[in-house]
Amino acid sequence: MGISVRGVEKRYVSRGKETSALQHVDLEIASGEFVAFVGPSGCGKSTLLNMIAGIVPASTGQILHDGRIVADANRNVGYMTQGDSVLPWYTVARNVDLPLKIQNVGADERKRRVADWLGRVGLLGFEASYPAELSGGMRKRVALAQVLVYDPSTLLMDEPFGALDAQLKLLMQAELLKIWETTRKTVVFVTHDLAEAVTLANRVVVFSGRPGRIKLVEDIPLAYPRDPFRVRFRPEFEAIYARLWDALAPEIAKGEAI
Amino acid sequence: MSARIEEAAAIGSVATPSAAVAAWHAEQGRRRMAVLVGRILVGIAIITIWEYASGRWIEPLFISSPSRVGTRLWRWTVTGQLWNHLSITLYATAIGFAIGSSVGFVFGILFGRFKTIADVFDPYITAIYSIPKIALAPLFIIWFGIGIESKVAVSASIVFFVVFLNTYAGTRDVNQLYVHSTRIMGGSELDILRYVVVPSAASWVITGLKVSVPYALVGTVIGEFMSANRGIGFVIAQATGLFDTTSVFAGLVTLGVVGAIINVALKHVEIRLLRWKG
Ligand SMILES: Nc1ncnc2c1ncn2[C@@H]1O[C@H](COP(=O)(O)OP(=O)(O)OP(=O)(O)O)[C@@H](O)[C@H]1O
Ligand SMILES: [Mg+2]
Repeated sequence: MGISVRGVEKRYVSRGKETSALQHVDLEIASGEFVAFVGPSGCGKSTLLNMIAGIVPASTGQILHDGRIVADANRNVGYMTQGDSVLPWYTVARNVDLPLKIQNVGADERKRRVADWLGRVGLLGFEASYPAELSGGMRKRVALAQVLVYDPSTLLMDEPFGALDAQLKLLMQAELLKIWETTRKTVVFVTHDLAEAVTLANRVVVFSGRPGRIKLVEDIPLAYPRDPFRVRFRPEFEAIYARLWDALAPEIAKGEAI
Repeated sequence: MSARIEEAAAIGSVATPSAAVAAWHAEQGRRRMAVLVGRILVGIAIITIWEYASGRWIEPLFISSPSRVGTRLWRWTVTGQLWNHLSITLYATAIGFAIGSSVGFVFGILFGRFKTIADVFDPYITAIYSIPKIALAPLFIIWFGIGIESKVAVSASIVFFVVFLNTYAGTRDVNQLYVHSTRIMGGSELDILRYVVVPSAASWVITGLKVSVPYALVGTVIGEFMSANRGIGFVIAQATGLFDTTSVFAGLVTLGVVGAIINVALKHVEIRLLRWKG
């Protein structure tokens, strides 16, 4: 069970040119794990998430989710993409309601859950706004509510808190941790913020620079429940952070040099 | 000292925008008023010059006069003639519009979703599109007779292409990210059509509809010009044959007013439907 990435490679062909985005990745994610991906920009983190979500085919190898080969759009995950996926022609409330409506949830239940989630991401009062009237961070929160409202058992999140300010980021991390600690969903979380990865995940995967490869997989032995406001002051945090940083920094430097 | 400066800056940064907003509103209001007054003045000027020129500079046979046209329109209205002809023209336009736009919409979506089919048919569609639809009017009269059907066919064929091409372009324009994320949250192909493709294409479709309503009217009137026994186009054609310029102008004024009213209505519909664009 969980997610199993077996010998996956990805090469993009565009305008007759082939670029390698991801080089031979093997990775087992058990169900109930919280795994974070970190790596330099362009190393294929989003590509791997897209392949797990089934919207981009792997060039070689295969991906299994809960024992089934992912061949097309994976309806057993909730995916918060890096790009803006909130529908601009619907209001905030309708966007959050959409997955429930698609899954034929009863009207009263839908109303309750939409209101609940809009409250949790701090968007009460913006129900009737259109995405164009919101800031980038607010749109991200709409997307977050939209993916959490229908309670998928696996969450794929691509830099979900990247556009938020430091305070709000901590609040959202706390919210996500609370959900994960109570529901034990499988979470795959991409971030370029190493401290965020260590704060949240029970395992961090460091990717090498383009074309990406797994450089290091590290267990994070910080006990849950974790408080994102305080966990970074624990002494173990520093040591783990330093070890991961030593793996990550040269990869980022390589990217800069090119 | 520095505190006072900061305070002043703080007050300035709050007070200035609201004053600027008020000034902006006032400016907009003045401009709208000026445009409205200007429009009325231009209208009065045209009617005055026309009235004055008629019989003094130009034979009334050629340009009639506003007073005569007004009287004619009034007489048509009270005798019920105006409505008798206008209703048939509007009816044919509406049916032609409904058929042309719904068929155009369905084909636009189908072609937009299936790229290979679209590529196969592309040269033929371009070829047919290039034919002026007016040139088809005689053919439609042979096929459908001189009744309302041939007028419906002319306007439907014009509307079809405008709506088809816009729907097609709009469907191709859909952001794939929206399609993927809707599919992942469990959306069926029908859900994707309903929640993603159609709303995304809507601005293109609405533009197509807006442009094609006047075309539908033109199509109907052209059909009526060629052969008919009722309709505004028929009235104009018949009056031309009799050198009755007053009736010709009365017919043209009627068409102009109807066209303008339809356009204003469509503009409001567009604003309502595309509110999300902000
Ligand atoms: N559709 C595509 N066609 C061609 N190349 C692509 C495509 N999508 C991504 N790539 C390439 O694949 C590589 C990996 O891209 P990806 O978006 O997965 O990176 P990432 O790790 O998510 O980066 P970031 O942290 O900046 O989001 C990049 O070098 C990019 O140029
Ligand atoms: Mg990315």
